[in-house]
Amino acid sequence: MTMTTLMTPATVSTVPGLAVPAYTDPAPTPLRETKTLTMGKAINEGLRQAMLDDPRVVLLGEDIGALGGVFRVTSDLLAQFGARRVIDTPLAESAIIGTAVGLAYRGYRPVCEIQFDGFIFPGFDQIVSQVAKFHYRTQGAVRMPITIRVPFGGGIGAAEHHSESPEAYFTHTSGLRVIAVSNAQDAYSLIRQAIASDDPVLYFEPKRRYHVKGEVVPELGTPMDQAVIVRPGTDVTLLAYGALVSTARDAALAALDEGVSIEVIDLRSLSPVDYAVVEASVQKTGRLVVTHEAAQSGGLGGEIIATVTERCFSYLEAAPVRVTGFDVPYPPAKLESHHLPDLDRILDGVDRVMGRR
Amino acid sequence: MIDSSLQPVQLLSLDGERMPRPDFDSWVEDLDGAALLALYRDMVVVRRLDTEATALQRQGELGLWPPLLGQEAAQVGSARALRSDDFAFPSYRENAVAYCRGVKLTDIVKVWRGNAQSGWDPYTVNLATPAIIIGAQTLHATGWALGAQRDEVDSVAIAYFGDGATSEGDVNEAMVFAASFQAPVVFFCQNNHWAISEPVGVQAHRNIADRAPGFGIPSLRVDGNDVIAVLAATRIALDRARTGGGPTFVEAVTYRMGPHTTADDPTRYRDPAELAAWKTRDPLLRLHRLLTSLGEITPEVEEATAALADAAAVELRAGCIGMPDPEPLSVFDHVYVTPNATLERQRTDYAGYLTSFGGAEQSGAEQNGKA
Repeated sequence: MTMTTLMTPATVSTVPGLAVPAYTDPAPTPLRETKTLTMGKAINEGLRQAMLDDPRVVLLGEDIGALGGVFRVTSDLLAQFGARRVIDTPLAESAIIGTAVGLAYRGYRPVCEIQFDGFIFPGFDQIVSQVAKFHYRTQGAVRMPITIRVPFGGGIGAAEHHSESPEAYFTHTSGLRVIAVSNAQDAYSLIRQAIASDDPVLYFEPKRRYHVKGEVVPELGTPMDQAVIVRPGTDVTLLAYGALVSTARDAALAALDEGVSIEVIDLRSLSPVDYAVVEASVQKTGRLVVTHEAAQSGGLGGEIIATVTERCFSYLEAAPVRVTGFDVPYPPAKLESHHLPDLDRILDGVDRVMGRR
Repeated sequence: MIDSSLQPVQLLSLDGERMPRPDFDSWVEDLDGAALLALYRDMVVVRRLDTEATALQRQGELGLWPPLLGQEAAQVGSARALRSDDFAFPSYRENAVAYCRGVKLTDIVKVWRGNAQSGWDPYTVNLATPAIIIGAQTLHATGWALGAQRDEVDSVAIAYFGDGATSEGDVNEAMVFAASFQAPVVFFCQNNHWAISEPVGVQAHRNIADRAPGFGIPSLRVDGNDVIAVLAATRIALDRARTGGGPTFVEAVTYRMGPHTTADDPTRYRDPAELAAWKTRDPLLRLHRLLTSLGEITPEVEEATAALADAAAVELRAGCIGMPDPEPLSVFDHVYVTPNATLERQRTDYAGYLTSFGGAEQSGAEQNGKA
């Protein structure tokens, strides 16, 4: 009996291949002048500009094509750049990251969208064991200019796995750069910087700020590894990133009524931390409060406080304070207001560092 | 034992007779006596290198070594099917593939001596750094293939992995992606029957090759100890990928005759009778028989081949022992492309710490030697 040597699939499914969907509208004009945009749209414009700047930039993710992503951040990019560069992937996070590694090996600059913070863990091994280590492993021969976009944080009343803050897993991983944006301008500028970076970047987008508008100048702006003082002050240094920057500014305004001057710093880069800006501020104020939505134990706040204490001990007037999410799994929506730091809890932390309670 | 409903494709019998198969023969028509002898020479050399590396480990010169004994045909046959612009993504046991790709002998053992996490620059030989995380490299191969597809070149990626890896999610995800996008990638599975102590039956209840068609990927099952069949199968798979046919899965049925690594002890879990049975299927033995019948093997050829292998072993040993230790402060090198202030501070602090022991004129390497 002769056997078929090549075992062929029983049915060969229709392959989407590289077909480009019908393209009707003229290509949207990239951002050329200052405009008021939502944060989500600002990222979209930043992605568009990065793709125009460099033909090696490709996007990979679930539902990023015709739908434009579940948050519409990649809207219209498929129509403009085609399916070769905007790739709707099968539902497999490890493969989204792992194929990005292979594309980077070939000189591409992949931008991966992880649909929600809590969905990143199936891709965790490829991020930690491969993306982060390749440049070190190969003594600089192989670069991983991969950007991994992650909508993160809570406050949107979502189901489980849709409100998490997993940034500390990545700040603990050498070889990765980690940034979190807080406003439309940074969202635009930093996505372009992240994509242009020759190091892999985790780019965290605070999803409850997607629809908040801000003025966007089409420039690269402040380098992404720099922290920015968003409100100067003299009594307390308050560090925040992502969605909590806005809450921290509100807290600073409220504290003025009680005669406390808070310096609010938007950290922007979570790895590396811009200690030059942080230390200078703490040396001025003598008091430090760090706030984040992520759980306290093993979180970024503890690391920053430890470092500042090592370097600025003699400047400190009081023990630094953390205002963070509790050490609990992200709670159900009806409980999240108790978990997330808000204006009052930040002010409570300020009171503690001021010795007022 | 090979227990299969679909017997692996064989072009060379255990007695060294060329077995005709119309659907495969055309792919290996070019194999004249000289070409067969070249394959034989590769296999003899890599076996000799493997033996030498095991000895170096036993003598404390290598921290660990993963022997490939028994898998010479699977590795040489597939690697010799590749073009130089194809890109191979190996696991840690593909040292014969590394040899065929032109990796310097000393560089093959660099990782196992603990001097670096990668022995070579992947771009110089189009061979990725070996993946230690099981199956992870199949995704890298698929991604590289997606890049080649976008670049509109006919280069092909080949992913090497074992039977154990087929249980990993990454390998299955790689097949989904490769099928969906018809990526020009070859999945080359060396079923060597053992994943450390776990027999292949723990990983697969049916032939591994049977799985791929379920993903929409055609598969081939070949005798992995038959270098001619392996070469033919890999050429078929590469040709499909090159001409827009998409991914192919090749299961090369072979046997890990040695331990998983030098730290392993197969006598604790493996029946000696099984090993004895596989020795009769030795990949070198049957090619030697064919070459003898073709009159290619003469005492002079035997002598020259042995001398070549010995010279390679001498080079490997000398290179291994002569390898300088890395500079202590190189521990900080290449973590990032962009300078990182936090890490630079640690480097400066540690450099100061090292200097504090023996004065500024003493180098870090000397410090390390004293420590």
